[in-house]
Amino acid sequence: MPIQITREDVQRMTAEGAVVIEVLPESEYTEEHIVGAVNIPLRKLDRQTTAHLPKDAPLIAYCYDTD
Amino acid sequence: MHDFVGGKADWAVHGLPLEGRTAGRRRAIDVARKDIPTCGPHERLGYVRNRVQAAGHDLCIVVNERGIVLGRLRRDCWEREAEAPVEDCMELGPPTTRPDHFLHEVIQRLRKVGSLLVTWYGRDEDGGRLVGVLFRADAERVLQENERLPR
Repeated sequence: MPIQITREDVQRMTAEGAVVIEVLPESEYTEEHIVGAVNIPLRKLDRQTTAHLPKDAPLIAYCYDTD
Repeated sequence: MHDFVGGKADWAVHGLPLEGRTAGRRRAIDVARKDIPTCGPHERLGYVRNRVQAAGHDLCIVVNERGIVLGRLRRDCWEREAEAPVEDCMELGPPTTRPDHFLHEVIQRLRKVGSLLVTWYGRDEDGGRLVGVLFRADAERVLQENERLPR
């Protein structure tokens, strides 16, 4: 189960090297995303598409909001 | 894996940095006035009127003890009996919008209703809490200044 975190956690963890992943479709990512985030749409999120991400860094996924 | 549950909307409404083709578009929270007076439903209209007019406004948002919007008082309430409770005059269910909504998304509604209450969204204890009031004139002005940004 993913660990739920807040924006304060995101700020702290990214400062320490965490990788942020926007899981919205590419069109929404292109419009606007958290600075430094990479885009892997949820439907494509699997072992293969995350293979290039650092193995030792925490991963943070986000979408648009809580709903 | 960690799940940032607030997501992009939470990040944006707290003014944290975003990048991308349309980053910088203005949202309801950016333009909403945060200084509109509030009152409780059981306060007396005369007392509230004096407070609101002293603050230079003619609009007052009725909230409960947690800041959740219950209704609003408009200009015609100030002519009512001073001892009457706010709840006797408040307009229930005023139109609202979310703080993360872009101005260009809400401008058509604003042109119809004149102003929108900006309230926190979500199912937690903050859902429905007042953020501010977005007025049509403010939104029109900012959209004109902002119109070079892609939509």
